[in-house]
Amino acid sequence: MSFFRVENLGIRFGGVVAVDGVSFEVKRGDVYTIIGPNGAGKTTIFNLIGLLYPATSGKIFFQDRELTNQSPHQVADLGIARTFQNIELFEHATVLQNLLIGRHRHRRTSLWQELLFTGAARRAEVAQREAVEQVIDFLELAKYRDSLVAGLPYGVRKVVELGRALATEPKLLLLDEPSSGLNPEETDDMAFWIEDIKKHLGVTVLMVEHDMNLVSRVSDRVLALNLGAVIAEGTAAEVQAHPAVIEAYLGKAA
Amino acid sequence: MRFLFKTAYEQDIRLAKHGGHLFWYGSLMLILLAAPWWAGEYVLSQLHFICIYSIVGFGLMLLTGFTGQISLGHAAFLAVGAYTEALMQAAGVPFVVSIVCAALFAGAVGVIVGLPALRLKGIYLAIATIAFNVIVEEIITRWHDLTGGNEGRHVKPVDLFGWKLESDAEFYYLCLALTVICCIACANLLRSPTGRAFVAIRDSEISASCMGVNLAWYKTLSFTLSAALTGIGGALYAHKLAFISPEQFTLLASIELITIVIIGGIGFLHGAVLGSAFVIVLPQLISIAKDWLPSGTAPSGLQAVVFGVILVLFIIFEPLGLYGRWLKLRTYFELFPFYRKGMFRRQKSYMKSERLR
Repeated sequence: MSFFRVENLGIRFGGVVAVDGVSFEVKRGDVYTIIGPNGAGKTTIFNLIGLLYPATSGKIFFQDRELTNQSPHQVADLGIARTFQNIELFEHATVLQNLLIGRHRHRRTSLWQELLFTGAARRAEVAQREAVEQVIDFLELAKYRDSLVAGLPYGVRKVVELGRALATEPKLLLLDEPSSGLNPEETDDMAFWIEDIKKHLGVTVLMVEHDMNLVSRVSDRVLALNLGAVIAEGTAAEVQAHPAVIEAYLGKAA
Repeated sequence: MRFLFKTAYEQDIRLAKHGGHLFWYGSLMLILLAAPWWAGEYVLSQLHFICIYSIVGFGLMLLTGFTGQISLGHAAFLAVGAYTEALMQAAGVPFVVSIVCAALFAGAVGVIVGLPALRLKGIYLAIATIAFNVIVEEIITRWHDLTGGNEGRHVKPVDLFGWKLESDAEFYYLCLALTVICCIACANLLRSPTGRAFVAIRDSEISASCMGVNLAWYKTLSFTLSAALTGIGGALYAHKLAFISPEQFTLLASIELITIVIIGGIGFLHGAVLGSAFVIVLPQLISIAKDWLPSGTAPSGLQAVVFGVILVLFIIFEPLGLYGRWLKLRTYFELFPFYRKGMFRRQKSYMKSERLR
């Protein structure tokens, strides 16, 4: 049984083949990174996994269940959470409210209980809040708890988005460029958190990342893409030394 | 300025966050309960309307203010509620049953409108709901045998278990009770997972669905609840006017309803009440102003013009509406002299991904 497997995944937008027959497998508990130059199709793979785009070909399996015939919200229900490259937070809400949305898949109350706000609904709310406080504690967000997301600096928003994904208690966490827009210090924090997420929370991480320092530090396996196709797979060092990868980034020697 | 010392999660969940809330909302409640003693016949009648419009406002606020789905056809749900109530009362159904049926039937119509609305956004949804409004209006006009067509229908006063609510005060208490119930139900919903899912859909559909929010289900639910509340409002409206006809439920009525939400303050339940009060009081102010204007300068369409201008001004200068204005004022005095101009600005994030919209 494989934990997460992508088989021959492909999508074309008109004549553009954005992802072309990509296959890979992520082991439970690993940090698996996808790298590649701009336009390699990394984020498109994430959007295919999240079923935001319909795949033209191929299949995605999560714990031996096929994802491709589900709908986007069911992906989250199965325990796959994601962050976005450009941050998709709920701007007009506080950090706390953003994280509480992450608890959506753990809701247990019926509409009637909510309308009347019965004892069960009240207890459920307190339980959700406790779960969210664990995440706040883990990511050291306590001082931003009640601030509006719209007013927070970029780096903090990035962490809030990570927190929202963690609040869903995912089995698989998809991180789309967790370090983009962060300064070196914040990137360092991010690396610590990714290591902790793997070690202490036992969450498998699949991420897209450009910062090779971060990639070599946290990844167990690395997949290199170029123009929608796999060019190398292995440990961070192996992939970095691979001639096809060097060629993709730097071009051929004259 | 007040500092809340929080020691339990319950404190954040509670509706009244501190003693001040209890005191002020309690005082408001007492004043409203005493209204039949202090208010004259005319003011009491205006309070009826404010209550009824508030209930409709809560409904529209759920849909437009919290779920972000615009509707320019809510007068149609109002009509469905009003006619259901009128017809069931005529058939001898007790009020307690008929008002529930008005809500359920309007809710069912809401599902029918909500389903195609899943595929529409923004201006297209607005156009589709306008079409729906026109269709319902036309059905009511043409289905003469059932609705009485353009001649309209008379509606008798509410009969609550044989107790006829004929006086203004009795009907007022009924309206007030239903307004409070609807308000608390909405507030409850908004502090639970369903309400958060609504707000998530409003702010970013894409990340809502990535958090496991079933967009189709929650959008339809929002339409349904909104329509059901409007149906309750419609039932009371029928009793209030004692006469209903298709021309009370035109597109203009729908625009008046959306005005409530926008002027009151989009995204705040308080806004629904403030907006209703505004929409009810403004025509009176206009008619008073008419007496002051030299004769001949006040055309008959003055009201529509003033409404339009105010709506435009609010959208440009105070998108948060009356309640937003109040929040700013309160913050100004709480923080005096440290209030900054940009404190309530809702900035758009500068790097939103456009492709996934």
